[in-house]
Amino acid sequence: MTDGRIELHVTRYRPDKDTEPGRQEYEVPLREDWTVLDGLNYLKDEVDTTLAFRWSCRMGICGSCGMNVNGEPKLTCATFLSDYAPGPIRVEPLANFPVVRDLVVDLTDFMEKLPTVKPWIIREDDVTEIDGEYLQTPEELDAYKQFSMCINCMLCYAACPVYGLDPDFVGPAAIALAERYDLDSRDHGARERLDVLIEHEGVYGCTFVGECTRVCPKHVDPAGAIQRYKLKAAQQSVKAFLLPALPKGLRQRMDQ
Amino acid sequence: MKRRVEPLVWLTFSGGGVAAAIFMPVLAFLCALAFPLGWVDPPSHDHLLAVVSHPLTRLALLGLFAVMLVHAAHRFRFTLYDGLQVKARLLVATACYGGAMVMTIFAVDVLTT
Amino acid sequence: MSEDLTYRRPVSTWWWLHKRSYFLFVMRELSSLFVGWLVLYLLLFVRAVFQGEDEYHDFLDRASSGPLLVVNVVAFGFVVLHTVTWFGVTPQAMDLRLRGKKVPKSAVLGAQYVALAVVSGFVYWLVTR
Repeated sequence: MTDGRIELHVTRYRPDKDTEPGRQEYEVPLREDWTVLDGLNYLKDEVDTTLAFRWSCRMGICGSCGMNVNGEPKLTCATFLSDYAPGPIRVEPLANFPVVRDLVVDLTDFMEKLPTVKPWIIREDDVTEIDGEYLQTPEELDAYKQFSMCINCMLCYAACPVYGLDPDFVGPAAIALAERYDLDSRDHGARERLDVLIEHEGVYGCTFVGECTRVCPKHVDPAGAIQRYKLKAAQQSVKAFLLPALPKGLRQRMDQ
Repeated sequence: MKRRVEPLVWLTFSGGGVAAAIFMPVLAFLCALAFPLGWVDPPSHDHLLAVVSHPLTRLALLGLFAVMLVHAAHRFRFTLYDGLQVKARLLVATACYGGAMVMTIFAVDVLTT
Repeated sequence: MSEDLTYRRPVSTWWWLHKRSYFLFVMRELSSLFVGWLVLYLLLFVRAVFQGEDEYHDFLDRASSGPLLVVNVVAFGFVVLHTVTWFGVTPQAMDLRLRGKKVPKSAVLGAQYVALAVVSGFVYWLVTR
């Protein structure tokens, strides 16, 4: 491919100067192996040092560089300029999040929501030091491995119309991570997470649009996790309504 | 454990979705298209009356229609929330499930003739 | 700095027209309206059958043309959309295991279409024999 140029139309928002975001047009070299992130770094180094954006690993594992490229949530380090030739390419801050400055968004909402689903191993035996390791077979690992691949890049939140319309919705990644721990054989915390996710802003706010799964760069399939969680919660609800006064031991055995 | 009715409504919605997906195509095709348009010879009135009068048919139709109505109400409720961004949530929910209830009563009325 | 200067972008009422996948989603959801309509139509059909031979034939006559027919044709289209999309998402929503092995998604998809064929065949036979 010949080295030409390609236009990037980048959202600019300077809170001290602007009342709302605008757009600035730039040109970057169209190198075959350059990603949108490379283009942004070229701009910041050579053209406009005031441009603000997040990035880190540049190899699709840290989850920092999520932005909307031509309307689609993407990791800019994994999105090649040449795929959009001849351009122009619209680069906007990640959708459904408030804009702090230029391409930087405020992720506080997710940061506050994530701990509410308790994404850690919860044990009933209150043990803080164990003799050796917790053992897990490959099959037990397989049960939750896919959902553990989440890099918290938030592309799923940017793609989810429900989250866009109702910011109270817990959202795809948080639910997928709850499911990851529910399915972990070392964990006993399913009941606690269910109490959070059975609320309306939990799993039942999801209408299975499926966009979250489509845009996920790590193939986590949050939509699948959410539907499975809905079924699990419904099964527990049926039991709770039909058999309310069971002794705890029997109920625990039924939960497994 | 917390008791919430939403999971049970969702379960019914799912059941209705399966019912609609599997039973509605043939019922709609025959009764709304093929028989009126003569693509398939409409059955004799005697035969059709015998079929719908049968208690099993009445029960099956009532069950199917009831879950399909809950499915439709539940889905349409969320279509109004998300598609048209209607803010009067309680009103929408009441109208949707209320409508489904009214139609179910009508179904009982028709099917217990 | 005590003032919150983050900018909250508003979501347009027409957000679902901005992307093909969003549009298909809303159409899928709208099918619910037509499922509801067809339940009503079928109840009226059954009622006409119970009312007598003349009413039954009158009903078929009225359903054979005009706005009612147009609505029913559109409704049938939406029912097909519902069935195809419902069957399509079910494999993603379930984690089925048979004797420890994951049931492949294609098997779940296929099984649903088999069920559709069996039920359709049965109803057709029941009603036209």
